[in-house]
Amino acid sequence: MATRAPDRPAVAPRHRSERFSRQLVHRLDVKASPYAYVTPFLLLFCAFGLFPLVYTAWVSLHEWTLLSDVHEFVGLDNFAFLLGDEYFWNATFNTVSIGLISTVPQLLLAIWLAHLLNRPLRAQTLFRVTLLLPNVTSVVAVVVIFSQLFGRDFGLINWVLSWFGVGAIDWNAGTASSHVAISTMIMWRWTGYNALIFLAAMQAVPRELYEAATIDGASGFTQLRKITIPMIKPTIVFVVITSTIGAMQVVAEPLLFGTYSPTGGPDRQYQTLSLFIYENFAKLDFGYASAISWMMFVFIVIAAGVNYLLTRRSGGNLT
Amino acid sequence: MGKLRPGRIAPMLAAALLAVSVAACGGGSGEPAASGQPAEKIKLTVGLFSDFHFAPLYEEFKKTHPNVEIVERRAQFNDHHKNLTTQLATGAGAADVVAVEAGYIATFTPLADKFYNLGDYGLTNRQADYLDWKWQQGLSPDGKLLGLGTDIGGTAMCYRTDLFKAAGLPTDRDEVSKLWPTWEDYSKVGQQFMAAKVKNAKWFDGPGENFRAMVDQAPVGFYDAQNNLVAGTNPDVKKAWDLSVQMLQADESAKLAAFSPPWNTGLTKGSFATIVCPSWKTGSIKDAAPTTSGKWDVAAVPGGGGGNQGGTHLMAPKQGKHPKEAAALIDLLTSKANQLKLFTDAGALPSIPSLYDDPAITGFTNPFFNNAPTGKIFTDAAKALKPQHVGPKAGDVLTAFGNALQRVEQGKQDPEAAWQQALQDLDRIK
Repeated sequence: MATRAPDRPAVAPRHRSERFSRQLVHRLDVKASPYAYVTPFLLLFCAFGLFPLVYTAWVSLHEWTLLSDVHEFVGLDNFAFLLGDEYFWNATFNTVSIGLISTVPQLLLAIWLAHLLNRPLRAQTLFRVTLLLPNVTSVVAVVVIFSQLFGRDFGLINWVLSWFGVGAIDWNAGTASSHVAISTMIMWRWTGYNALIFLAAMQAVPRELYEAATIDGASGFTQLRKITIPMIKPTIVFVVITSTIGAMQVVAEPLLFGTYSPTGGPDRQYQTLSLFIYENFAKLDFGYASAISWMMFVFIVIAAGVNYLLTRRSGGNLT
Repeated sequence: MGKLRPGRIAPMLAAALLAVSVAACGGGSGEPAASGQPAEKIKLTVGLFSDFHFAPLYEEFKKTHPNVEIVERRAQFNDHHKNLTTQLATGAGAADVVAVEAGYIATFTPLADKFYNLGDYGLTNRQADYLDWKWQQGLSPDGKLLGLGTDIGGTAMCYRTDLFKAAGLPTDRDEVSKLWPTWEDYSKVGQQFMAAKVKNAKWFDGPGENFRAMVDQAPVGFYDAQNNLVAGTNPDVKKAWDLSVQMLQADESAKLAAFSPPWNTGLTKGSFATIVCPSWKTGSIKDAAPTTSGKWDVAAVPGGGGGNQGGTHLMAPKQGKHPKEAAALIDLLTSKANQLKLFTDAGALPSIPSLYDDPAITGFTNPFFNNAPTGKIFTDAAKALKPQHVGPKAGDVLTAFGNALQRVEQGKQDPEAAWQQALQDLDRIK
């Protein structure tokens, strides 16, 4: 005992410290490694998401042209000018208009397509891949082809319309007509993509509900309305929000439809907000362009919030 | 009942990713090629805004510089110049040799610290070759040689002989030239043409190019010599505007925006009978509507010539690591022999006046344009050319007026409202 006695205190702390460090590693593993796993994303997000956002805000408070080294601080002057700028409100109107004309029919069509595909079919994969094909087509190719289709003198659509006695429509010149043309291009690219998302959600709906409904004599359309749509509501919310954000950011279609005219047509009849930003960046007026970017960010946050409030009421069940 | 089958999708995704990454690799041409060989391998990039038909000249350059590899990058016209601005401001990404068009040259020559002074590489000795005004355009305000000219835009009027014949107008190019000593006459002949009701054909493509040609002929254009924007008060600009509007109101326009896809189709289908033709545009027409060969001819431009439309300089941004080779390449691409070659290949009118009496040019006829002696026509235009001072934002000013004319053309605004809005747009140009 006497010989061992002095040892005991020496052994016990070592033992304890070993256990302590092992506990520490374990606790670190549980508490800290999740953060380590998301760090790469966060770092990238900070570099390419957060930093540009904050820096854009900083730039928007300046008179900032690219080639000059002097950046004069002007406070909120850019924003004040922006709110009084009719070109800005024109671009806002165009964005909302094109957004509505493209998104609403697109989502209805996507749900319908998904519903059609959500039943036993031959060559399912073929159909599903076909749905996605327009989305993998380059936007430039899509717009070039559709610009030809919507041509005034030699366009296919005007040619077909002429059978019904409709005179040649100058799709590019009119406000409404150009919005329809651009919306068609957007729908062409995104309807199938959204249909696939809906389809994935629909496949998670329990079969028994449909079987019970069929026994009760409900038609396909009633089943879609009473079972499918309520059950996939969370997905609908998601798709509506992403589509809305996408619609706020439309830029390639109008830019190419106008043959690289950053004004979106001579009367700015289809200049979207993103295109308006591009126009001002291209003029190297970075301060003003940054102010518009920030206003657009605010709009997107508001639109997403409204969407959320409107569509959140039900959480994916048959209430 | 199918779930999406990952087994089938994965290979497709992999293929798509592969395609994307291959494409991405192809895009990264900005880096100088790293090589362990003792003779230093150099990669020069050349940034252009269309096909300048330079490819054979690169081969010629490689004969004297076997260690140099040349990669050409092309972008759309406006994008090319905007990109160059961004690349200069951020200090990265510019090509070793860049083309800058006349509408933008005054934007870049004040940035003397961003470009190599080609005079340091012995190119000042080329001054004797050049048209003086073209040489001056490439100088910085303090006289450094930043850019060497390639071509200039001496202007003529191209027309469709088949449509002229159908309308009962003369088709011989000398007689046609006599039809329109002034732009007013041009408009009047247009009314004659429209009265003949040739099926599906109008008098000209769109108002913008005519407007530009008229302004270019004036002694002062959008800017005065001190770079003040005078477009709104210059009576010559207003006169060009009024005349353009008058032609629109006479329904002479085919309402096609230059270089748009419908414009290309219109060229092929014969939607318009005349088109303003700077020398380089003979190449554009040939590229855009190859099937119309032989149906075109070339006459003098109304208003007695004197306007320069377009033309390009080659410059070497300081970001480039090989100024010596870049300068040598610019020297070769703009050399007298090669400007001659580019005229016959691509319709680029030389900026070296001693070539204007060279039989290879004066005797040159263009089979696409009904064997018109384009060599003689364009060199005559070049000799009569009175250069105008081009201001820093001339491109943006032209866009503002072009849009305004299109608004009138599409019936969206009356001419007065369109003019007023154009003036407001000018106020926004800083």
